[in-house]
Amino acid sequence: MTQFTLNLIFIGITFGIYIGIAIWARAGSTAEFYAANRGVSPVMNGMATAADWMSAASFISMAGLIAFTGYDNSVYLMGWTGGYVLLAMLLAPYLRKFGKFTVPEFIGDRFYSRTARIIGVVCLLIISITYVIGQMTGVGVTFSRYLEVSNSTGLWIGAAMVFMYSVLGGMKGITYTQVAQYIVMIIAYTIPAVFIALQLTGHVLPQTGLFGSLNGTDAKFLATLDQVVTDLGFRSYTGHHGSTFNMVLFTLALMIGTAGLPHVIIRFFTVPKVSDARKSAGWALVFIALLYTVAPAVGSMSRFNLTTNMWPGAASGETFSQPAVSLESIQNDDDKQWMRNWQITGLLDWEDKNGDGLIQYYNEAAADSEPLAQVIAEQNLQGNELTNVNNDIMVLANPEIANLPGWVIAIVAAGGLAAALSTAAGLLLAISGAVSHDLIKGALNPNISEKGELFAARVSMAVSILVATILGLNPPGFAAQTVALAFGLAASSIFPVLMMGIFSKRINRQGAIAGMLAGILSTLVYIFLYKGWFFIAGTNSLNDVPAEWVLGISPASFGVVGALINFVVAFVVSNATEEPPEEIQELVESIRVPRGAGQAQAH
Amino acid sequence: MSDRQSTNAYWKANLRIIYISMAIWALASYGFAIILRPLISGIKIGGTDLGFWFAQQGSILVFIVLIFFYAWRMNRLDREFGVEE
Repeated sequence: MTQFTLNLIFIGITFGIYIGIAIWARAGSTAEFYAANRGVSPVMNGMATAADWMSAASFISMAGLIAFTGYDNSVYLMGWTGGYVLLAMLLAPYLRKFGKFTVPEFIGDRFYSRTARIIGVVCLLIISITYVIGQMTGVGVTFSRYLEVSNSTGLWIGAAMVFMYSVLGGMKGITYTQVAQYIVMIIAYTIPAVFIALQLTGHVLPQTGLFGSLNGTDAKFLATLDQVVTDLGFRSYTGHHGSTFNMVLFTLALMIGTAGLPHVIIRFFTVPKVSDARKSAGWALVFIALLYTVAPAVGSMSRFNLTTNMWPGAASGETFSQPAVSLESIQNDDDKQWMRNWQITGLLDWEDKNGDGLIQYYNEAAADSEPLAQVIAEQNLQGNELTNVNNDIMVLANPEIANLPGWVIAIVAAGGLAAALSTAAGLLLAISGAVSHDLIKGALNPNISEKGELFAARVSMAVSILVATILGLNPPGFAAQTVALAFGLAASSIFPVLMMGIFSKRINRQGAIAGMLAGILSTLVYIFLYKGWFFIAGTNSLNDVPAEWVLGISPASFGVVGALINFVVAFVVSNATEEPPEEIQELVESIRVPRGAGQAQAH
Repeated sequence: MSDRQSTNAYWKANLRIIYISMAIWALASYGFAIILRPLISGIKIGGTDLGFWFAQQGSILVFIVLIFFYAWRMNRLDREFGVEE
């Protein structure tokens, strides 16, 4: 059976499951459409949250990010998980007790202001649209790579898929498809990881294999990896090379950004009780950790495999004890088939610059470091000959590098699609809920009937999918800035306003509005200064390099400062103006205690 | 004790649990994994040091334990104050 047929079968089976769930989980009311009728068990919701959260970036790119940077990129591991602690303690239980359907709705009710609600909607739309474009592009790329269709055909197939279960089932359909997608995704991630950990370290668990010894030797895997990469002129894998201050700030920005992402927050509206919301955040993190604790092992081990592929001597830690891989071997040998496969996709390339028939891979920028300098002189090297290695290849080519059977490759394809589709659906629900519930029912037509709102929700969903697909086909400049833009805005606007709404009775309408505006604007301006105004290339006022960052704060870390500005402005303005009305203070009292969440359901 | 006093005491107890949990949250991630890493680099683990383990494994495990601890502790607190669902 060819690889193409296998891919088709596995992707076909998973899609069949998603369609089956879509038909079974049709939504009949707005409560079902927005919040799955608040009937999702905490464990199920944890699994759905994990799928909702882990995007194409987590599945495909994160291991690669860690692989080529090592310790310094641990910020993604901690930042994208630590936010769940904030969610569980600072937001989720209280917002569940509040018992409404969208994040802007809480902002509008708590700060008794339609303006505040609209600002919330605008933030939500910028965050979610930036995020969803990346997912749609991910769907297109995965399809085209594994099913040999064009990028745009792949995108339309993916969009049709999301349309099926999200327009029919809303939150209910999305929840149960996400559960299925989580299972597909985690199997696809774990199987190659376990095989590779076994091959290299003899450990079944990649998490312990990372700290184990290389098979058949006493040498620790990480020590050997450090040795080999520094031999080739790269920075050590386990060393700390960046600025400590910025590392702390970036981690914090990712954490509070994660806790402020609307599509993640609304997942906690689906559980029956307040205590379930707390527990469910724990389950979500358990399911996320199954992938996130494996990712650093996948990253480091595939980096090692790539390196030993290029320098066979590196397998024993003696990098230059054998000559580099020969061009002839790359072109003919069976175990180098993967290199030829991935060269076609443009993710990997090589060139024999000095014409010696060998392909030498090293870091050109460190050509004067020993022992590399000596090797360069001896072998008359004219530059790094592995001219292109894309980060994503660390996950995508993993099964082939480790020589795993074809069905594993097919599962990875299905897993990549599951990761992108599940996150896209969650984002689209947040977008359509904001449009139909906050804009149409909340502002334009408050007297709309239950049936009318359900119809409006479905139409908004369909339109959102269409817009996301079109943007996915022609990604605008801001799509590549997901981390800076989406996390920066979530950190500087939504997280602070929600937290203050719960933990302070004194913050009033004026304070919340002024705080949100100050937070968003300062963050946007800082990002635009370095990334270009409205992300138009070449319009940046300052260069995006550490030396030019104000106080060493990178644009992606600025969300923390934006959040701080938000808190301070809201506090000062609120204290200079009148107290919130009595009924608002009572509302805050009531969301702080779990009792009575049942009644709040009867919306 | 009036209703309002009881609610205030419940909220104060909740805040205390949050403060303790957040201190551990920060220590495991910003502390051991980043700022304090040089101080504990003497403790070796699997070819590297303890700080590296916290950055790539330990902090995440601590986060999970923290959330379940918080959920369990709050359930008990809810019952003590009679505000459970």
